[in-house]
Formats: sequence, structure tokens, C-alpha cells
Amino acid sequence: MLPTNFKIAIASGKGGTGKTLVATNLFHSLSKAGIPATLADCDAEAPNAKLFFKSKEESTSVVTQKVPVIDESKCTYCGKCHDWCNYHAIFFLPQPQVIKVMEELCHGCGACLAACHFEAITEKEVELGVVTTYTLPNSNILAEARMHTGVYSPVPLIKAGIKAAGDHRMVIMDAPPGTSCPFIQTVARADYVVLVTEPTPFGLSDLKQSVETLREMKKPIGVIINRAGMGNRNVYEYLKQENIPLLMEIPFERSIAAVYARGGLIAESDKQWEQLFLGLLDKIKIQWK
Amino acid sequence: MEIAIISGKGGTGKSSISAALATLSEKVVLADCDVDAANQYLLFNPSHEEEQAFIGGQKAVINPETCTNCGICIPYCRFDAISFSRQGVVISETACDGCHLCMRICPHQAISMVNSDKSRLYAGSFRNGRMVYGRLAPGEENSGKLVNLVRDKAKEQARKHQLDTIIIDGPPGIGCPVISSITGAHQLIIVTEPSLSAMLDLQRAAEMSANFHIQTHVIINKYDLDEDLSRQIESLCKEAGIGMIGKIPFDPQVVEAMTHSKSITEWAPDSATSKEVSKIWLTLKSMKP
Ligand code: SF4
Ligand code: SF4
Ligand code: SF4
Ligand code: SF4
Repeated sequence: MLPTNFKIAIASGKGGTGKTLVATNLFHSLSKAGIPATLADCDAEAPNAKLFFKSKEESTSVVTQKVPVIDESKCTYCGKCHDWCNYHAIFFLPQPQVIKVMEELCHGCGACLAACHFEAITEKEVELGVVTTYTLPNSNILAEARMHTGVYSPVPLIKAGIKAAGDHRMVIMDAPPGTSCPFIQTVARADYVVLVTEPTPFGLSDLKQSVETLREMKKPIGVIINRAGMGNRNVYEYLKQENIPLLMEIPFERSIAAVYARGGLIAESDKQWEQLFLGLLDKIKIQWK
Repeated sequence: MEIAIISGKGGTGKSSISAALATLSEKVVLADCDVDAANQYLLFNPSHEEEQAFIGGQKAVINPETCTNCGICIPYCRFDAISFSRQGVVISETACDGCHLCMRICPHQAISMVNSDKSRLYAGSFRNGRMVYGRLAPGEENSGKLVNLVRDKAKEQARKHQLDTIIIDGPPGIGCPVISSITGAHQLIIVTEPSLSAMLDLQRAAEMSANFHIQTHVIINKYDLDEDLSRQIESLCKEAGIGMIGKIPFDPQVVEAMTHSKSITEWAPDSATSKEVSKIWLTLKSMKP
């Protein structure tokens, strides 16, 4: 058996390969089977999983970051905070004396606060986004991290979203696209990573990069090929060569695309898909041992 | 003229459309700013005339010889990257944000910063002009900075080779690298498709770009997969005051072209898709930036 708090990240090297399709349908199928689970939508720049479920808003929490506030009456214009800020977020001129925090560049690291010997710096909280949890009719939970526009990084939101998903039940994470920081922060918290790709040269190239990254992180992985039937066979050959399990194929069919486009779930409209998605757990189980 | 192409989220066909625009007739500079999943080079196999390392950031490392395990640094780290372990005090590479604070406050000078220098910038020629692209190493941050570098390089190439048009293939999302991709560009194209998710992403992308005073257009790709939703997108754009610049039909030849390392305009110049892309190009060219 998989641990009850098993965490599965659904990821893809680039967006639009169908990772949300997989995450939402897997979550739906788990719910139908009575498995307590949470879907954590970690794609904080474009969270869309909620579209697919009838749900009731349970709670929201604002995610904030600290930024410094400089009291110019106490500031001696020594410039140390400016020197210590590695993100160039403090604009400083000794003559004429100018000091200004550029909040949009600040990462809230606290270095300036530690630097100032004149108690001229205090901190305030600024909003980065919100984490909202929703309950579904079957009492499973959806936790959505949503970044405000203009914020430099979704990472604090992602962390808060996964935290809100909790550690007591199975968690399905819809990971952000790419292999940079937001992706790493998500998969770092997963026990298993499902990579969704499509059988095209672009898909393969992105898949390879994700695989390399996840192998370095020593995460067990499996692959789902979406839009199977288009493109070519190179992805299949790559999987065989690298000994990566092919967990599932979702054929390229207009009807599947149409259900998804309208915010529907193929596992709901077609019971066969429900069984197939549930079957994923068995395949993951084998690898987990 | 710099034309930026984004999508709010990947998978809408943004890269294929960028590739098609880049290979119509006029020679161009193609800047692949999707540094997290650069793909254009797969189609165009550009020469690598220039290669530049990009310092994506820095990570703190502890020298176990000099560290006394006093733990002073731990509470200073706002990113929870430092902790006690069986091997003593350790820093998690994935969690470290590179702020330098721990290095500055360690009383025993046991911490140093190391450069992450695996990211690269390439410039060279491809069959229809010059091409610049960046590749961000997995897990790296600062993709916005790399995007800026790619764009600067593209401008330099445009000057050197007397090319008037720069086509920017932007990254997904609405975060920092996207903002870097569109700041100062003359025309912005947002590529969407008829699905509820893509519509939400379009809204967020439009909201973000509204702050940039940039002429914005929308392309609906694969519009005929759901003409009803496509009409809704059109009225949405009208309300937001964003011009529709083209509707591209669903066309399996786009993927076929890709598997042959060609853009659709090269592979099937007489297809409806290619004709629509040409029309879009002419409209763009006729506009005063
Ligand atoms: S908190 Fe850190 S990033 Fe923000 S201004 Fe201070 S030193 Fe700079
Ligand atoms: S370190 Fe403190 S006193 Fe010095 S310039 Fe910064 S805020 Fe002013
Ligand atoms: S402050 Fe320096 S010496 Fe103390 S635990 Fe941290 S690295 Fe080690
Ligand atoms: S450099 Fe900053 S983020 Fe990294 S470990 Fe040190 S204090 Fe933490």
C-alpha cells in the first residue's frame, strides 16, 4: 500500500501538455473511489484546476512577504543596507542623500534589517497572493495557490499552497511548467512525479530536461503520453532506452479535447477513464516498493 | 520592431506560431526567450557562433572544516534553507535563495557563495536570419535576467546584420520572465485557444500586459475546435479593447511540420494556416508601432 499521505506531483517540461487534465482526472477518480485526497494547484501563475470541480470555498489565507521600511529620520545614510542587499532593491545615494526601497525587487531576505545598526529599518508585509481551499461534495479538498500579477516569483505561494494541502491525506500536485525554481520547489515535496508529455520533438526535448532534473533529485518517475497518435515514435524509444515506465497513453481525440476545453472531466463522462486513472496508483505502487 | 509572442500558459501553439512568423519571407532575428524550455533551436538548428555563460544566481555552501555548528545562521535564513542534520549544520541547495545573509553574519566565516553558471546564451544564424536563445539550467532562478540578456543580444544582432524585425518567443505564465520579454517591445501577441483554461490565462496575461502600454493583439489558435468558445473569446477581447489579429484553424500539419524540423509556413505554405499567418504578418507590418 502507498502511505496515506503519499504525494504525487503531475508535471511537464512545458505547459499545455495536459498535466492539468491528468491531475484533475486522477483526483476525481480517487474521490470516486473514496480515497481521501487533496488536489494542490501549484501552478500559481495560472491556476485552473478549480474550473473542473463544483466546490465550496472553505478558507482563504493571504500569503505575504516582508519588505523593509526605512525611517529617514533615523537613517544615517551609511549605505550598509544597500551593500548587503543582493537583489539591488535598495536605491541609495550618499550625496545628495537619497534612500528608497524598490519593493518589486525585494525578496524579503532580511539582510538590510540585519545590516542596519541605527534601527532605521522596520518591516511591513506585502501581499503576494492568496491560497484558497475548497471542499468538494465528497469532502475532498482543493487547495489553490494564486499569485497576484506583477509579483516576481510564485515560490512563496507554492510553498503555502502545499502546506495548506496538509500532510494527512494523499496529495496530488498540479506542478508549474518548466524545470526552474517553481517546478523544483513543487517536486521537492513529492514522493513520486508523473511527467506528462506529447509525442512531438518539442515534447521530447522538454521531457528529457525534466527527467534529467528529477533523476538528479532522485525522484521516482513515470510518464504519461498525451495526444498519443500524433507526432512520431521518438518519445516511446526514449522511454524504452531510459527504462522509464510508460504509465498511460491518452489518445489524441477531438472528443477528449472538447470535454477538457469546457471544464469537464473525461473520468466523469466515461467510467473507463476513471478506472484507468485509478490504475495509475497500482503502477506507482509497484515502483514505490 | 520587436514583436513579442506570449500565451499566459504554454501549449497554445505559441512557439509554432512564432516559428511560422519567423520564416515567412523577410529575414528576422528570432529570440527564443522561453529560456526554461527553449525549443526553437530544434526546428532551426542554428549555428553556435557565440556562447556565453550566464550566472543565474548563487548558492550558499558551508565549509564543514570551519563551521562550529553554533547555529547562529539558522534563524537568519528567511528561506528555511539552513538546518541541523546528523552531519551538522547544512544548507539545502534547492531552498537557498542566494541572499548572502548567512555568509555575512557567520562569525566563523564558514559560509561562501558559489556561482550557478550552467545556464547558457547562444547566438548564431539560422536559415532565415539570426537566432538568439537562452537555456536556463534546471532549478535556476533569475530567468528574467537571462531573458533580458537574450533580448539585448537580439538587438545587437539586428544592428549588426541590419535586420529590422525581432521576433520574441516568450515564456509561459505572467511572472518575471514574461514581464522581461515584453517590456519595451513594440507589439504584443497573446496566443490563446478555445478552452476555459486558456481563456482565464488570456485574461491574466491581458491584465498583466495592460500595465505596459504596448499594442496588444490576440490570436485564437485552433479556433475551430470550439467555435462557440472562440466567439466568447472574441467578445471578451472586444470588451477589453484588445484587437483580434487572426484565427488559425486546427491543423495536424503543424505537428507534422515540427517532426520534420520545419515551421508550418515552410512545410505547407499553401495551407489555410500558413495563409492566415501571412495575413497576420501583413497586418502587423502595416501598423505604426
Ligand atoms: S529584505 Fe533583502 S531583498 Fe529586501 S531590501 Fe532588504 S536586503 Fe534587499
Ligand atoms: S543601514 Fe540603516 S542607517 Fe545605514 S543607510 Fe541603511 S537604513 Fe540608513
Ligand atoms: S553561523 Fe557559521 S559557524 Fe555557525 S552554524 Fe552557521 S555556518 Fe556554522
Ligand atoms: S544565502 Fe540566504 S537563502 Fe541562502 S542559505 Fe544563506 S541566508 Fe539562506
